[in-house]
Amino acid sequence: MFKAKQSTLADTLSANLAAAPVEGRSPWRDARERFLRNKAAVASLVILVLITLACVFGPMFLPHTYSDTDWDAMSMAPTAQSWHLFGTDELGRDLLVRCLIGGRISLMVGFLATLSSVTVGIVWGATAGFLGGKVDTVMMRLVDMMYAVPYLLIAILMVTLLGREFYLVVLTITVFSWMDMARVVRGQTLSIKSKEYIEAARAIGVSTSSIIFRHVVPNLLGIVVIYTTVTVPGVILTESVLSFLGLGVQEPMTSWGVLIQDGTGVMESTPWILLFPAGLLSVTLYCANYIGDGMRDALDPKDR
Amino acid sequence: MWSYTFRRVLMTIPTLLLVVTVCYLMLHATPGGPFDGERKLSAAVLANLQAKYHLDLPLWQQYLYYLKSLLEGDLGASFRYADWSVNDLVAKALPVSLAIGGGSLLISVVIGVGLGILSALRQNSLVDYLVMLIGNIGSAFPSFVIGPVLIMVFAIWFKWLPAGGWDDFKFAYMVLPMALLTFINISTIGRVMRGSLIEVLNSNFIRTARAKGLGLSTIVFRHALKPALMPVVSVIGPLAISSITAAVVTESVFSLPGIGKLIVNGASNRDYTLVLGLVVLVTVVAVLLNLLVDLAYALLDPKIRY
Repeated sequence: MFKAKQSTLADTLSANLAAAPVEGRSPWRDARERFLRNKAAVASLVILVLITLACVFGPMFLPHTYSDTDWDAMSMAPTAQSWHLFGTDELGRDLLVRCLIGGRISLMVGFLATLSSVTVGIVWGATAGFLGGKVDTVMMRLVDMMYAVPYLLIAILMVTLLGREFYLVVLTITVFSWMDMARVVRGQTLSIKSKEYIEAARAIGVSTSSIIFRHVVPNLLGIVVIYTTVTVPGVILTESVLSFLGLGVQEPMTSWGVLIQDGTGVMESTPWILLFPAGLLSVTLYCANYIGDGMRDALDPKDR
Repeated sequence: MWSYTFRRVLMTIPTLLLVVTVCYLMLHATPGGPFDGERKLSAAVLANLQAKYHLDLPLWQQYLYYLKSLLEGDLGASFRYADWSVNDLVAKALPVSLAIGGGSLLISVVIGVGLGILSALRQNSLVDYLVMLIGNIGSAFPSFVIGPVLIMVFAIWFKWLPAGGWDDFKFAYMVLPMALLTFINISTIGRVMRGSLIEVLNSNFIRTARAKGLGLSTIVFRHALKPALMPVVSVIGPLAISSITAAVVTESVFSLPGIGKLIVNGASNRDYTLVLGLVVLVTVVAVLLNLLVDLAYALLDPKIRY
């Protein structure tokens, strides 16, 4: 009788399962749903995408270029007349186009430097975490050293010595932005390495490369995504500090930091020349910070 | 404790050596020497000058000479300012930076901890929102945006304070730069203090103290404050380093004759020895500061003395 009961239970269960097939939920889908519920983060993402699109495509649709000087409209306040929506600077160059072109440089440096520093960080951290022992100690000691160094000063020295070409600025920023990622990835690698499922995989004879790519890398991805989004605002900030100090990209090329520097010189008479690029940079950083927070909330396994 | 101190002190030496060596090599690898200016020097004069600065020796000997003079506290001669050694320039600029940077760091520790305590005790009150607002602004808006806005409001609109410049430690010239640095520091300290105090106040030993019937001030200042201060101490090291960064920007924004301004000017003048000397000096200060903070942390928290 007991057996019969059990089998009917199993039957109803399987019937239920067949009737309503349970859809699998991947952790990434969970994370995406959590992120989309976070209104501030989604709004920030939308704004950031809009700013990026405006910077990339905007200059094509505007009648001015970033170096055109309009002698009839020097230091003009924002006006709809001949599309000087942000006004012009003291040389009569259209500020809207300059802000967008400057944004291209700032965002591109931000994107490239993030990409390279994240790559360096992952490789460094994963290597240290996997190999462990003396190699790990030496590698992480170097990271500790890098933290103790006032990075902006060395960056200034590097830019002074190496030059101010676009890719050199990216390189300089990369050198001082990879350590957070390295630390985090190393920590995560160490903890994954000692998990039971890795031991199980090893016990049933899975090869080392399969373990790395099937079991370790997917579990690293979450934290890598979080720290990548967290790196972006820092990197953009460093670029603008350098160009604000006059050590970034050179005239007539421009970036938000350069525009802000130009604006501070004339803010008494023509404050908009300062306020527009400063506002754009601040909004970008603010949004990037919020997206980072949203990503952390969505992906951090500790808060689940 | 002593073995920890010893190990920690020992660790600073490779850091310093690494920075000095890398900077020196970078400096050496750049094309162009200090003496190829617009006016060509005759070969004999050039040789004399090079001999004077040991530039005719092989690289490793030059490097050792450099290390030796560093150990003697000599940062070298400026390539651009005739008659000025880097030491002279530092002696003029350092007090300005110390007054602004050190002063604001002290002030912001006091105000930041105070605000943090208040906002942790009265969550969702006005003070709490203020701390969160400062934290938000400070973390999102770069100092070179906040600085000019301060100038715009207080110097240009209200005309209360000078827009920048320096007049022999006159108070009016120090207010805005210090306010800027303090604001940035408070945004971190206040947030950290608030978070850690809330965490401590939720722990078991505080519940015990409450259950015994202790008053709020006794609980906060006798029991909760010390453990809650630990994270604050640990952010002071990184904060001092970011203060140096912020100070470079601040001195640029307010055109103060400090170390940061000197470095930026040196960088745009390509005054290599000056920049190298200053970078080495500031790095030494930063590394020592980090060392002090770590030791203080170990003294406060026995767990850290691994």
